[in-house]
Amino acid sequence: MKITLTINGERREVDASPWKRLLDLVREDLRLTGTKEGCGEGECGACSVMLDGEVVNSCLVAAGQCDGRTVTTVEGLAHGDVLHAVQRELVACGGAQCGICTPGIAVCAAHVVDRGLIRGKNDHEARETVRALLAGNICRCTGYQLIVDAVVNAARETR
Amino acid sequence: MPRIDGVAKVTGRARYLDDLDAPGVWYGATVRSTVAHGVLEAIDLDPGFDWSRVVVATAADVPGQNYIALIENDQPALVAVGKPVMHVDEAIALVAAPTKELAMAAAKAVRPRVRGLPAVFSVEDSLAANEKLYGTDNVFKQFMIRKGHASDADFEAVIAKAAHVIEGTYYTSPQEQMYIEPQAMMAEWRDGRCHIVGSMQCPYYVHKAMKPLLGLGAEDVVITQSVTGGGFGGKEEYPSMLAAHVAVLAKKAGRAVKIVYDRDEDIAATTKRHPAYTRHRLAVDQRGDVLAIDVDCVMDGGAYLTLSPVVLSRGVLHAAGPYRCPVVRVRGRVVATNHPPHGAFRGFGAPQTTFAYERQIEKLAIHLGEDPLQLRKRLALRKGDTTATGQELGFSVGTDEVIAAVERVAGPPPVREGTGPNGEPLRRGRGYVFYFHGAGFTGSGESRLAGRATVARTTSGRYEVRSSSTDIGQGAITIFTQIASQALGVDASLIDVIDPTTSLVPDSGPTVASRTCMVVGGLVERAAKELREKLPSAPAGEEVAVTMQYEPPPGIHFDDATYTGAAYPCFGWACCLVDVTVDLDTYEARVDRCVQAIDVGKAINPVIVKGQIEGGTLQALGWALLENIVYREGKVANANMTNCIVPTFADAPDLETILVEVPYPFGPSGAKGVGEIPMDGPAAAVANAVGDALGCAFDGIPILPEVIAASRARWS
Repeated sequence: MKITLTINGERREVDASPWKRLLDLVREDLRLTGTKEGCGEGECGACSVMLDGEVVNSCLVAAGQCDGRTVTTVEGLAHGDVLHAVQRELVACGGAQCGICTPGIAVCAAHVVDRGLIRGKNDHEARETVRALLAGNICRCTGYQLIVDAVVNAARETR
Repeated sequence: MPRIDGVAKVTGRARYLDDLDAPGVWYGATVRSTVAHGVLEAIDLDPGFDWSRVVVATAADVPGQNYIALIENDQPALVAVGKPVMHVDEAIALVAAPTKELAMAAAKAVRPRVRGLPAVFSVEDSLAANEKLYGTDNVFKQFMIRKGHASDADFEAVIAKAAHVIEGTYYTSPQEQMYIEPQAMMAEWRDGRCHIVGSMQCPYYVHKAMKPLLGLGAEDVVITQSVTGGGFGGKEEYPSMLAAHVAVLAKKAGRAVKIVYDRDEDIAATTKRHPAYTRHRLAVDQRGDVLAIDVDCVMDGGAYLTLSPVVLSRGVLHAAGPYRCPVVRVRGRVVATNHPPHGAFRGFGAPQTTFAYERQIEKLAIHLGEDPLQLRKRLALRKGDTTATGQELGFSVGTDEVIAAVERVAGPPPVREGTGPNGEPLRRGRGYVFYFHGAGFTGSGESRLAGRATVARTTSGRYEVRSSSTDIGQGAITIFTQIASQALGVDASLIDVIDPTTSLVPDSGPTVASRTCMVVGGLVERAAKELREKLPSAPAGEEVAVTMQYEPPPGIHFDDATYTGAAYPCFGWACCLVDVTVDLDTYEARVDRCVQAIDVGKAINPVIVKGQIEGGTLQALGWALLENIVYREGKVANANMTNCIVPTFADAPDLETILVEVPYPFGPSGAKGVGEIPMDGPAAAVANAVGDALGCAFDGIPILPEVIAASRARWS
């Protein structure tokens, strides 16, 4: 079927099976390989993207569900060479190591920061909230500490 | 300095194997055994399937020798008809097709016929050797360390004189590395050469394995590491197997072939941490000083030898712990079973034996009524002391510094009894551990490897670091850039750490054993310094390159025959504090606080070092409380991320990391290994803390809620 969607601000039309996973549509048809597959069953969050502004596991969303909707992937977070605050802080704080979970975490963290979900919270509350909101994204390298630091810092910058 | 590859990773521009394209690439899939032990009688192809659009490869298609060269050549790339099947999910045949879907369908239409044989799933059954899987006794390898005694009779005489003997048997479970990028590899034959690119730690391990398997000379196999999404040991040996599969398929298909494992397949078929049983006796005198340590460790090696002897070696070399003791006997055995082969995982045998000795020290403290941290401080090895192998510790011993660092921040222990927000009764406890980790290969291992690294000024005037050390997330690219920049006295922006490709970089040894910064970084530093001296007299516009080879520090000798001498060039030292809360309604234990003070010699990049420590620490906390591999009749029963769980953001406490620097005189700027040490200790600290909370001993991990529930009768 013809699927029309707005991907990272750009309107695109793709001819694909409605049963194709959004993950594969993004990686194969739209050639945006920043979105990663870690488990294919919605556990690891490496494939997180935003669908109409909400974070979803793109391995669990059928392409047919995305017709007429807006998708943002990790490639859509920066504006040209200007990184999103969470991207900048992930680099600065050491929140990316092997980097395979990083696109999913960046998308989810950008959602947390841009929606102001930790705005106005003290440091302890902010850290606990980040841990709760990012619990669907698994990172095996960092122990999470430096990622939490990065997200809290990014929220402060964009306050 | 921020991670050099950081921006590429946060923007999604970094290209991992599955992101790479090749014109006309086909996708491979693997046909695996469903039987744990047997003989492959035939491979049938479903006549109803259209085989015209796919390629099928079996052992008969292996161009050279059908084995994965490692320590022994006992593991086939594919089981040949008439040969034994040794474990569930062993590779029997391969298919390749233009699409993944077709490859999967074709794999299902290949039907291996296996005649079953009795299988062995426990170390007891393996040692009984009724069913012979390896040699006459199923023992892949055995090591023995003796210190301060000549015979078993002498040893027992020392034990007999002891005022107290603490004895226990400890179990540590198999553990999945769970790198988030599954194993992935691609091969293509061009001009008679086989080019393999993929996710891996050790390009030259793959190179070594592919030469005999493909029947090619060194020049005709080119191995390249792609950006690698985590390894933790899991991409040390298994990539050679996957490389063999894509190479054989690519040759037969006449085109590039890529295999990317599904998560389920990756968990089911690839290596895990060796499960281990460790019996430990600790004999002390009236004053509580250690008279003798006796350890007998048995690890389950799985179906093939792979790296098991080396894993066992490290386990044995750490088994007596960082404690003063005149008389030590350590016996280690790794045995064959019909489990998929166990292999490398961060810590590499040491976490297993560390769990045992740090539970023993805890029991001694309880027995003596002595503060557990003060007891450790009293018994700990210091500069001038000798280890179990008789290695005199001459430098870089951070014992007092790491213990003092933890003492400074410890604060009062948690209040033992409490109530949670929903009225649930709680118990809290605190646990300590003190531990060490030998950095680099064993004394003889680094000399045998004779790793090399090159630093060059190229014709363009830029500088290149050429080594086979891979960046698997631990920061090798950034660290090498920093080391070279400092030694050359040039800006980091002028330095390129080139991608590890065997045709372009020397063999620096594998990316394992906490050796990349300390050993290979040391070579980079030496090469860069010499290059800096040569440059003023070198003609402009020409390449000038300096290659350095490993030389052991003076006085570092190890005797493999007697297992005596300097086992490691140096050790890292660590002290860890863990506070836990146990929910008495749900029986869940949760880590509230974890402090790790680790002596890393010198933190060349403190942010990267902190990240290494925290990542390893959480893997250890996960191993202690929730990570598990469940085998049923030799098959991984929880081969998916839903049931084979690892800690999430919500499971992890805030981690308190203290970097301690007691320089290693032969490391770059004083640095020594850091990658593995954080994995060794925290599991025992958790067990000690849960024991403190509930007033009873936990001698196995993981300490799952059902384990805590079953311990109810023992609570105090």
